[in-house]
Amino acid sequence: MLGRPLLHLVPNGTKIHFMRGRFIGLITSAVLSIASIILFFHPGLTLGLDFRGGIVVEAQTQGPADFTKIRQELTQAHISAAGLQQFGANNSVLIRLDAPKENNAEATQTLITDVKQAILAAHDGTKIVRADAVGASVSSELFRNGLLALGLSLLMIMFYIWFRFEWEFAVSAIITLVLDLTKAIGFLVITRFEFDLVMVAALLTILGYSTNDKVVVYDRVRENLRKYHSMPIRELIDMSINETLSRTLATSATVFLAALPLALFGGASLSGFAWVMLFGIVVGTSSSIFIAAPLLLFMEEGSLRRRAKKTQ
Amino acid sequence: MMYYSRKKLALVILTCFIGLLLCLPNFMSAPSPKIPWRQVHLGLDLRGGSYLLMQVDVNTITKNRLQTLSDNIRQTLISKNLGYKNIHSSLPNHTITFTLRSPSEKEAVLKALREMPKAVMNEFNVSADNNNQIILTLSEEAMKQRASEAITQSIEIVRRRIDATGAVDPSITRQGDDRIVVQLPGISDPNRIKQLLGTTAKMTFHLLDETATNPDFPPPGVTFLPMADDPARKLPVRDHIEVDGAELTSASAGMDQQNGEYAVNFQFDTAGAQAFASVTRANVGKPFAIVLDNKVITAPVINTPITGGSGQITGHFTPQQATDLALLLRAGALPAPLKVMEERTIGPSLGLDAIKAGGISLAVGFALVIVFMLVFYGRFGFYADIALFANLILMTAILSLFQATLTLPGMAGMLLTLGMAVDANILINERIREEVRNGRNPLNALQAGFDRALSTIIDSNVTAFLSHVMLFIFGTGPVRGFALTITIGIVTTLFTTLCLSWMLIIRWYAVTRPKELPI
Repeated sequence: MLGRPLLHLVPNGTKIHFMRGRFIGLITSAVLSIASIILFFHPGLTLGLDFRGGIVVEAQTQGPADFTKIRQELTQAHISAAGLQQFGANNSVLIRLDAPKENNAEATQTLITDVKQAILAAHDGTKIVRADAVGASVSSELFRNGLLALGLSLLMIMFYIWFRFEWEFAVSAIITLVLDLTKAIGFLVITRFEFDLVMVAALLTILGYSTNDKVVVYDRVRENLRKYHSMPIRELIDMSINETLSRTLATSATVFLAALPLALFGGASLSGFAWVMLFGIVVGTSSSIFIAAPLLLFMEEGSLRRRAKKTQ
Repeated sequence: MMYYSRKKLALVILTCFIGLLLCLPNFMSAPSPKIPWRQVHLGLDLRGGSYLLMQVDVNTITKNRLQTLSDNIRQTLISKNLGYKNIHSSLPNHTITFTLRSPSEKEAVLKALREMPKAVMNEFNVSADNNNQIILTLSEEAMKQRASEAITQSIEIVRRRIDATGAVDPSITRQGDDRIVVQLPGISDPNRIKQLLGTTAKMTFHLLDETATNPDFPPPGVTFLPMADDPARKLPVRDHIEVDGAELTSASAGMDQQNGEYAVNFQFDTAGAQAFASVTRANVGKPFAIVLDNKVITAPVINTPITGGSGQITGHFTPQQATDLALLLRAGALPAPLKVMEERTIGPSLGLDAIKAGGISLAVGFALVIVFMLVFYGRFGFYADIALFANLILMTAILSLFQATLTLPGMAGMLLTLGMAVDANILINERIREEVRNGRNPLNALQAGFDRALSTIIDSNVTAFLSHVMLFIFGTGPVRGFALTITIGIVTTLFTTLCLSWMLIIRWYAVTRPKELPI
């Protein structure tokens, strides 16, 4: 075992002409991203408690839950528009309510107590597994902070790449990252995973991972720009992608393998996060190859070389 | 680069060993108190408990401040024999306005205001307009300062109240300008705590104005306040505070000797006892109202002067009510009401499930990555695996050392770090492979591979590091925990890859001097 590797991920001397597919790649990506943006506005993200505000009570009844009875109790307590659903096992109940509009802090507080009492009245010996209440003002604040974190991360990444590479690289990277992010949001809309703070963390991870992947390819492009003065830029980018392909795939594979069990066994609260991650890994890896590098081709070749020389 | 001194070698191994030691307490149920070992804190989502985000009502603080100042101005002007009309304060504008009796007194009034105590006047800007009006505006800084003091004071009182309930390991922290986060591990029904914290517990003693009868038209200086146990009944309470509850030194729940009801016994400090004695002496036969948060708890008739500085409050309490009132009085009054903005409660079973699910995911993910590295990188993959293992230990060690709080997203962060951790090894290995293909001899290939991979590794990790530091600074709650684990993970990854696994490769090369590299 401790000898040579059993397998190579990419055979030695692989030469794939990625640049030939650059338009297909870009168009596919653009179409998917535009579709995602449309999905974002209609039907829109399923906002989780963090961002929507409101109440979520998860309870475990002894024996199968009687939904009709719980609904009756809630109606009796004058609680309307309660989203009531089974959550996993048949003795698991999830009750959702929107935040009351008037006087949110106190009204929310009364409401959560009432909901708890209603479900306890419907089933004796019920255990409240989780009870969350987020006021409307806090939720909008959390939403703003979440977006701020995403925006600032993008900005930081752009400046770092600009500083370490050149603006052409930074611009290409940011365009690619925005394309990646929009697709992840589209994925969230389609899968109806709840968008909450944990999902912001997932999106940021995708951002970080995707940047990481791009930096490695860019690094090689820059190195080759210095090394091969007369090679056409198209060939040069193809070569760089091929040279880093093995690493790109291997790292994607390890991150994918690490996140996969989380998606499968992570439980309700983390599997959504992990699925979004897995989606992001696939998108991020493919965009390094089919989007980020080809975008460089559209930048002015002469300036790329001059700058590469200058920073030698 | 291809030479590793013994000193360096020892240092790397020592670091890993210390990491292992720091990591150990996490596997013990209760580490010996004699050794300052630390465990990773489990977040509420993993251990179960309640989280409350509370906001201090800044308006009340401003209102109180304006009230006090109005009183001060009144007294000052009266004592200087200066006239004023229509003094009133405006909360939204943070101002106090009054009209002069005659324009000729303007200078004298302004002088009198300037001569008020510095501590008071520094908080206000005084201006006069053409209509004989004097306007005092509370300055922005003074308000901030007051609010900040109120938060500090509130945290202290919240802590005292929660400690008195016997909650284990509570955490009370400030968030932003006007918020307090209370975390209560193990408490799955925060209702009692919420009630305790939702009470300002400002207790005052007042005389009643028995001549006032119509609640709709109270005479000046009198307010009709509802009874605590019967809000429909209202008593005419004089606004003047005879004795302030802040002068209590102790309070405890007990029984009323006469009727066997639950009661709260209290004891005043010297100043309070003197005030209490003189009021009760002067008002024998009159009712004396005990007011808590603008509700009259009880209004007994003073039978004899109370000179000992101790007294009793009865008010048809349940045992729990008596205990809680005593607790609130002991802990002191909040400077302003607290509102619950966000509440999250996680039952203990859910936390256990989450730990289990997270643990299994971590173990399986770890195993998959290890096998992958062995299959695709052979011996070098094995070294990467050792580094990965060390990485896991060091991450846990640093989290324990900082006593960081591990949350569910934090566990996800650890898992992702494990996935990304081998990236540096992969980069080095792929580079070495290329160099071998380019026909370099093993030693040169190793050296060139490492050197060339290094700048890429630095670039990719610094980018990730920066964006996660941003995330930590601007994120809240779960996002923060996540960012913290990843940031720590990046640092440990660089160490284990660039120091540990690379050192292992070099030692292996130095010992075996292979003709070709197993890559």
